[in-house]
Amino acid sequence: MFSLESIKNTVQNWLQLHVGASMALVIESILLGILVIILFAVLGLVLVFMERKVSAVMQIRIGPNRVGPRGWLQTSADTLKLMLKEGLTPDGADKFLFNLAPFIIMIAAMLIMIPIAFAKNFQIWDINIGVLYISSVASVSVIAILMAGWSSNNKFSLLGAMRSGAQIISYELSAGISVITMVILTQSLSVNEIIASQENGWWIFKGHIPAIIAFIIFMIAVTAETNRAPFDLAEAESELTAGFHTEYSGMKFALFFLAEYINIFIVCAVASILFFGGWMPFHIGNWQTFNHIMDYIPSSIWFFGKTFLLIGLIMWFRWTFPRLRIDQLLNLEWKYLLPISLANMLLMTVIAILKWYL
Amino acid sequence: MTKEELKNTLTTINNQFTFEDGGEWLNVLVPYNALKSLATHLFAEPVFNFNYLFCLTCVDWRTHLTMVYHLTSLQWQHNLVVKVILNRDKPEVDTLSDIWKTAEFLEREVFELFGVHFHHHPDLRRLILTDDFKGWPLRKDFEDPVNMIKL
Amino acid sequence: MHEVVGTTPKGDFIINVGPQHPATHGVLHLVITLEGETIKKIEPHLGYIHRSIEKMCESLTYRQFIYVTSRMDYLSAHINNHACALCVEKGLQVDVPLRAQYIRVLLDELTRIASHELWWGAMAMDVGAFTPFFYAFRERETINEIMEETCGARLTMNYMVPGGVMADIHPAFQQKVKKFIQQYKKKIDEYNELVTGNIIFQNRMKGVGYLSPENAISYGCSGPVARASGVACDVRKRYPYDVYNQVQFDEVIETGGDSFARYLVRIGEMQQSVRIIEQLIDAIPQGDFQAKTKAVIKLPKGEFYQRVETARGELGVYIVSEGGTTPYRIKFRSPGFCNLSALNEMAKGGKIGDLVATMGTLDLVIPDIDR
Repeated sequence: MFSLESIKNTVQNWLQLHVGASMALVIESILLGILVIILFAVLGLVLVFMERKVSAVMQIRIGPNRVGPRGWLQTSADTLKLMLKEGLTPDGADKFLFNLAPFIIMIAAMLIMIPIAFAKNFQIWDINIGVLYISSVASVSVIAILMAGWSSNNKFSLLGAMRSGAQIISYELSAGISVITMVILTQSLSVNEIIASQENGWWIFKGHIPAIIAFIIFMIAVTAETNRAPFDLAEAESELTAGFHTEYSGMKFALFFLAEYINIFIVCAVASILFFGGWMPFHIGNWQTFNHIMDYIPSSIWFFGKTFLLIGLIMWFRWTFPRLRIDQLLNLEWKYLLPISLANMLLMTVIAILKWYL
Repeated sequence: MTKEELKNTLTTINNQFTFEDGGEWLNVLVPYNALKSLATHLFAEPVFNFNYLFCLTCVDWRTHLTMVYHLTSLQWQHNLVVKVILNRDKPEVDTLSDIWKTAEFLEREVFELFGVHFHHHPDLRRLILTDDFKGWPLRKDFEDPVNMIKL
Repeated sequence: MHEVVGTTPKGDFIINVGPQHPATHGVLHLVITLEGETIKKIEPHLGYIHRSIEKMCESLTYRQFIYVTSRMDYLSAHINNHACALCVEKGLQVDVPLRAQYIRVLLDELTRIASHELWWGAMAMDVGAFTPFFYAFRERETINEIMEETCGARLTMNYMVPGGVMADIHPAFQQKVKKFIQQYKKKIDEYNELVTGNIIFQNRMKGVGYLSPENAISYGCSGPVARASGVACDVRKRYPYDVYNQVQFDEVIETGGDSFARYLVRIGEMQQSVRIIEQLIDAIPQGDFQAKTKAVIKLPKGEFYQRVETARGELGVYIVSEGGTTPYRIKFRSPGFCNLSALNEMAKGGKIGDLVATMGTLDLVIPDIDR
């Protein structure tokens, strides 16, 4: 049966047989780098296309339908256009930081890919602090945004960057606490072990109400962290034209744009790992036959299916809600989400101690 | 108040006012130095209560400029047109923007299109035209060789 | 490293919103003094689309100048034309046939709906919701099609002429309008579900951009902006023109004075417009659609003022005639201009996000402000 795991093993065995163990590691690293970049490009194209189609459906439109079959090549054409455009650097900008920022945001997004398990035994590196690693690297992107906003020497950019700084740092708390709430249950930070612990049912079902609360808070917080509507204050196109990336053009802008979508993918992947078992098929307790049937669906399909459903949810948010105001946004975090998630964490600790889950 | 009542009441205030006949509403011609006191009176006096200045403009009659103030009372629903004749060479009149705040912008517009100077206006700057624009476009003798439509 | 540009000596932050900015919906230029994100002062700079229509009209005949006025407030072009036609008729003292009056009022109200539709979509987009824009355009498109059939144009119709309307209505006009009205009533409920009831939207709108009744009157605000502050100023009620005195409708008044009140007034007005159309659409009398007027109109010497209620407020047309074929002086009292002058009062002390919400509910059309 087709599975990513077997492909990986075949390549690994072939390399080790032909070039030796140490050389195999080097070649594998290069291959992985290329694969991640390809994944980035493909994800970017697919997600942008998906966003446009989802918004079109919600807005009683058709969406892109001219380039390629059913408009599938539209985003590729857009990328080509962006690559051919001149990447302007404004005269008053701090040129070094200005040009560095899009790369930092991309690198931060790429680094988070490392511990994510795309399928069964298909992971770049199973770090034992996987979830912690994701949370910490994800916060690097705020530096890039602040850099971009500050170095543009544009007041709209600066306002956008400042908003973004306040927003991402605040919402990281809620997102982090939601993650920790689930870690209390799983008792491991390793992505693989978290997934393995959901073999007899996903945490969203096993974790009682606290898990559901944690999921909702996590989704709200990551929507804010990725600067998506209704929390897109950093861009706020009707207020700040385009916020922190007002001055960017061409491929430099495309990197920001791409990073936004990659970040959405990553946070949704994390949500699917924590709450929906990642690549783990839908299992119900001891129903052996049912679980076996479910196992026939490849694990990669489970993973991508869940992740894309969650991405669809975030896109649904974007095209439905108006934007919050900056003070309302911070009120929501500090006055509501943070206390709730702290209380929720306490509740979860009680559940974990009493072993109320299966 | 009807047109006649307005006319009678206004005459008792100051017999210098002249009235123009015809037209839908009562037109009262006021000397330019009496405008401010009349306006204050019209605004504050409960029988008038002209609280709504709905149009403020200027007409260039080639020999003189006429400021035209259209007033209405939202309470009594009567209207009054106050007119002030200004010297065309040195048009100046008191601002009404401290009585009706809408006058601030409308007077700025009249200032730059007709060149009327409003005394005590809080912020008498150009609103529409560029700062280096020469001339008063809505005056009858304004000639613009490039942008004018002539039929 | 770089000098700090655009700050005042006191260290306030100055940003220029516009002339190219998504929230101004046109070439409005606002110079905003900020303290952090709090607005201290707003100074509008106008004139980017000033065409000096008033001067232009001085060299156009009474038949011609009406077409220019479509370009003022292009979203309610019909109502502008209506105002001018009424003003010329007032000077000529002609009686407009009843059929023409009915058609005019019907088209006015359709225009009002179309204009409020566009406002609704654009306002929702200002506060960050994109989808309503497309919903609004769906309904607006139907109106535009009806307009196109009858008037021959979609935006600048130039359908109302002194003495009546330019041509008779399209045979399918009544039936299409009735069909539209049937569907449209349900759509308003949809709008309420999508936007009005949304908690984020309400939080963005409530208590934002407060305008007291005293200030609304003092700043000469009119239309929904003034009515949201509790000022009854609907020209259709106070100084009825054409057949407005024969139809039943309510003047929508809210007392909140904030952006949400302005929003509710406009939603209410759409419903009232539907009500007016329903009363008139079946009752259009037979007869002429235009009174007989001379080919070359000469207004008697004098001054004529006509006010009408556009979608944005009170539009006044002031014609000074010397007895010739062209107006000696013409002044358009545009509702947007006066409403804009109150913006500083409304947005002071709020955040930039509040400014956008306030401007969205002011429903500014820049060519109307600049003329």
